[in-house]
Amino acid sequence: ADLRGPTSRQPVRRTAQAPARTPGPGRGGGGGGGGGDGMRGLAVFISDIRNCKSKEAEIKRINKELANIRSKFKGDKALDGYSKKKYVCKLLFIFLLGHDIDFGHMEAVNLLSSNRYTEKQIGYLFISVLVNSNSELIRLINNAIKNDLASRNPTFMGLALHCIANVGSREMAEAFAGEIPKILVAGDTMDSVKQSAALCLLRLYRTSPDLVPMGDWTSRVVHLLNDQHLGVVTAATSLITTLAQKNPEEFKTSVSLAVSRLSRIVTSASTDLQDYTYYFVPAPWLSVKLLRLLQCYPPPEDPAVRGRLTECLETILNKAQEPPKSKKVQHSNAKNAVLFEAISLIIHHDSEPNLLVRACNQLGQFLQHRETNLRYLALESMCTLASSEFSHEAVKTHIETVINALKTERDVSVRQRAVDLLYAMCDRSNAQQIVAEMLNYLETADYSIREEIVLKVAILAEKYAVDYTWYVDTILNLIRIAGDYVSEEVWYRVIQIVINRDDVQGYAAKTVFEALQAPACHENLVKVGGYILGEFGNLIAGDPRSSPLIQFNLLHSKFHLCSVPTRALLLSTYIKFVNLFPEIKTTIQDVLRSDSQLKNADVELQQRAVEYLRLSTIASTDILATVLEEMPPFPERESSILAKLKKKKGPGTVTDLEEIKKERSSDMNGSAEPTSVNSTPSPSADLLGLGAAPLTNSAPPPSSSGSLLVDVFSDSASAVAPLAPGSDDNFARFVCKNNGVLFENQLLQIGLKSEFRQNLGRMFIFYGNKTSTQFLNFTPTQFLCLNLQTKPVDPTVDGGAQVQQVVNIECVSDFMEAPILNIQFRYGGTFQNLSVKLPITLNKFFQPTEMSSQDFFQRWKQLSNPKQEVQNIFKAKHPMDAEITKAKIIGFGSALLEEVDPNPANFVGAGIIHTKTTQIGCLLRLEPNLQAQMYRLTLRTSKEAVSQRLCELLSEQF
Amino acid sequence: MLHILLAPAAYQQIPARGYGDLLIYRQSCSCLALIQLCRRAQVSKAQPFKIHFILLFSRQGKLRLQKWYTTLPDKEKKKIIREIVQIILSRNQKTSSFVDWKDLKLVYKRYASLYFCCAIEDQDNELLTLEVVHRYVELLDRYFGNVCELDIIFNFEKAYFILDEFIIGGEVQETSKRSAVKAIEDSDMLQETVEEYMNKPAF
Repeated sequence: ADLRGPTSRQPVRRTAQAPARTPGPGRGGGGGGGGGDGMRGLAVFISDIRNCKSKEAEIKRINKELANIRSKFKGDKALDGYSKKKYVCKLLFIFLLGHDIDFGHMEAVNLLSSNRYTEKQIGYLFISVLVNSNSELIRLINNAIKNDLASRNPTFMGLALHCIANVGSREMAEAFAGEIPKILVAGDTMDSVKQSAALCLLRLYRTSPDLVPMGDWTSRVVHLLNDQHLGVVTAATSLITTLAQKNPEEFKTSVSLAVSRLSRIVTSASTDLQDYTYYFVPAPWLSVKLLRLLQCYPPPEDPAVRGRLTECLETILNKAQEPPKSKKVQHSNAKNAVLFEAISLIIHHDSEPNLLVRACNQLGQFLQHRETNLRYLALESMCTLASSEFSHEAVKTHIETVINALKTERDVSVRQRAVDLLYAMCDRSNAQQIVAEMLNYLETADYSIREEIVLKVAILAEKYAVDYTWYVDTILNLIRIAGDYVSEEVWYRVIQIVINRDDVQGYAAKTVFEALQAPACHENLVKVGGYILGEFGNLIAGDPRSSPLIQFNLLHSKFHLCSVPTRALLLSTYIKFVNLFPEIKTTIQDVLRSDSQLKNADVELQQRAVEYLRLSTIASTDILATVLEEMPPFPERESSILAKLKKKKGPGTVTDLEEIKKERSSDMNGSAEPTSVNSTPSPSADLLGLGAAPLTNSAPPPSSSGSLLVDVFSDSASAVAPLAPGSDDNFARFVCKNNGVLFENQLLQIGLKSEFRQNLGRMFIFYGNKTSTQFLNFTPTQFLCLNLQTKPVDPTVDGGAQVQQVVNIECVSDFMEAPILNIQFRYGGTFQNLSVKLPITLNKFFQPTEMSSQDFFQRWKQLSNPKQEVQNIFKAKHPMDAEITKAKIIGFGSALLEEVDPNPANFVGAGIIHTKTTQIGCLLRLEPNLQAQMYRLTLRTSKEAVSQRLCELLSEQF
Repeated sequence: MLHILLAPAAYQQIPARGYGDLLIYRQSCSCLALIQLCRRAQVSKAQPFKIHFILLFSRQGKLRLQKWYTTLPDKEKKKIIREIVQIILSRNQKTSSFVDWKDLKLVYKRYASLYFCCAIEDQDNELLTLEVVHRYVELLDRYFGNVCELDIIFNFEKAYFILDEFIIGGEVQETSKRSAVKAIEDSDMLQETVEEYMNKPAF
């Protein structure tokens, strides 16, 4: 074929004359020439247009034709169907050339009721391309469609359905949304019509979901997944996926059907599916759609279905390793399309560490593939994989390849994916390297992605800064390299951080001072420099090289090159200098007094100059010092909520407090782990954890005993629901990971995303309303035992909507119990009340520590006091896979120390638990016994309660 | 704090305003603001496969076919076409077949003198979209017998019909080549028989 061969440079053989060639097989039999169906006039017209030498000639020819058609349509003589078709087709051609068409619609609508197929077809084509949704003609069109749908002629029905799908307007939905489901599930409907009907309905559902009535047909649609005709299954799967997203409960049965369908496809021999095998890949489109459908749901609960799905996914991963059955790119594309979709599903489930790691390895191979497309997709897919706790470490091993891609890839799309992936795989261990590489790349990066890279660098630098001098350097570098792309938010942020951290202020002042020495520096640097020197210039004024006068002259040398807002900022800096450095007061007053300031045309500048000059002249030193005092630290975001929290804490909470305490202690008494070798922790240890959590460091300790705050956002005293069933299982799953679904029932889904750093954390709680009805009085309340800060959420949650709540967490001291999240709301008249444990566990505040074998055993010996060690021997609950165990230990938060333990089968870890008051070093050792299917876990820390708690938490994981 | 100042009378009418730069976003001091600015935040998955539009154009930038599966005003469509044709023609040979464009992703491939370009959602399956294009070319080929650009120019309506048999509302309807081609050939047959019948001499 002339169009085959992806990059064939040879021009199309035929030239711009009307094609003189024998008609092909399907070409309208009667017609000569090239215009199908014998529309010779059309072919001639198209040739004429192609022969036009200039745009003007083309327009002239078109206008002539339009005049001709108009006169034909308006003429006295009634046109026959053929002529109408020809002229409508010409109009269509003119329209597709990019010219406006304002007539001919009526003639096209007339063609719809023709009983000649080609005329009808052209009529429908014109309507789908040219009639916009609010056209007056819609009623006429709908009538014609209705007739064709009722005709029982599958070809006509097909045309009508295509037209509805192509226009897809609300009017169409109003007219046909009730009818199409009937056609779809009727027993006597032809397969091809079913296919069209399914996709047509999908289109209408997308534009007007409210108009598509759910009903009996929905369950029958699900069963189309079992249909014998693969084309029907393909079309139905698209429809079901979209419907299932909005109504997951109603389409739940589709999961097992989809899994068994998928299983039959992936295990079939390449010839089984005949025409649905595409370049030796069995039904790739259907496979991808089924995998997509499964991404609407969590992993199947039924173990048999789940096992079958896992088998399917494994088979797909295995097939990727097999030699290709064909050298054609179509074969590998189709095969890999299925593979990538399977990986998406694996990532979506985020529950099978084994599959996740395999997926990561597979993508790792693609990263070095010679095909650009595969490298691109591997980078993209890995990005999502990096956010899974199980595969984050595996993704990180590819850092060098990704950095290399950033440097060598020739395609900006691919480089952008590499930037995304570096951002996603960044954590404390590699932040410096990644930020440095991104800065490096920024110097040559494409303009289109610079702003994004700037933001990413700024975020990473802040998020993973251990040493804030590094942060300051990084941001100043950003301004130097890509100043134009540094938005306000970025330079505001650096100032906020410098003001809030007094350990970095002197360094920042020195660094901006040096940066400002450059003869040409970016205006953003002048802003940051001006602000910081105005606040902290005194910290470097002792050095004669940066004396007050030098600082001032340096800034003022930039003044005239800057825009008005920057100059205004510099004026504020000058008045701050008057306070910091009285010795240069007169110099500054001279500047303020100059005509260019006092009589500046800009009102803002003029007013500042006048006011600052007066201020410096008449105010006493004391007043100056007060007015121009150093900026107070910036409040972190939730501060206003914190204040609210303090205020609301009043009488009435005490009773609740007692209740909680009772519940907690009973819970604790019953929590003796059956497998635990050690005794339950002493109540005092627990109370220590609870009691050592004052609300804030500045607030006075609450007067009531303990420091639990109950129901801080609503004044009504409310009973607490018992823990929701199954929430303990979910809770255990979150010990080694930070994101996922915490709770789900028929009404509500609670998802979590959280991040922890040292003794601080932030958790995003997503409440999803799974129903189509509003939740009223929606009040989620956290029962605090750590220092938690939250914002109340909107009390109404619309059907299908999701609200988000942010919880800021501070670990004040080590603790045992997880906070409880209580949720109350009204759903359709009934009051709902449920509680789940929030998975904030002590190990979240772990920082991994790397150490040598010698160090490890030395510390191990130091912690030999029997109270410091806790040991647990227990049976394995999951398959004993070394890789998974490693991933879990890392997910738990400690470093995994390789080659430390003399027995390579054992796992050894070390880390530090950060609390506000102390840091507790922890060592752990896990000894698997494969034969007995047992583990022995030993924890040694400097604090008994901590050893105990960590041991409990980790034992549950294997 | 500035009440001690006697501002010149001329400035009295100026509405009160704060020295914004001194305050620097006092309300929202958080890295989150930056993160929210970052365009590529994770989007939820599981959008079903959907093509937003398909464009066919020549190496000279001449549009040969346009199919829209989302409703847009004509003016907007023209703007999009211009923009996309320019983006794709400016890319060189060795690059990937994927381009980020606004919230969507363009997947394109060149066959001889024609570019086939589909706009899909960011999370869609790119490789499979390439094969959608290929399957469409195969269908054209099967119908026209060795298709070339001129076939599509002179029989543009057929190119649209074939596309409609293959894709509806942006979703692949029939992946079997045989079924799709058969549907079109059937309708050609139908046209012949009906037309022959109607054109029969009256006597």
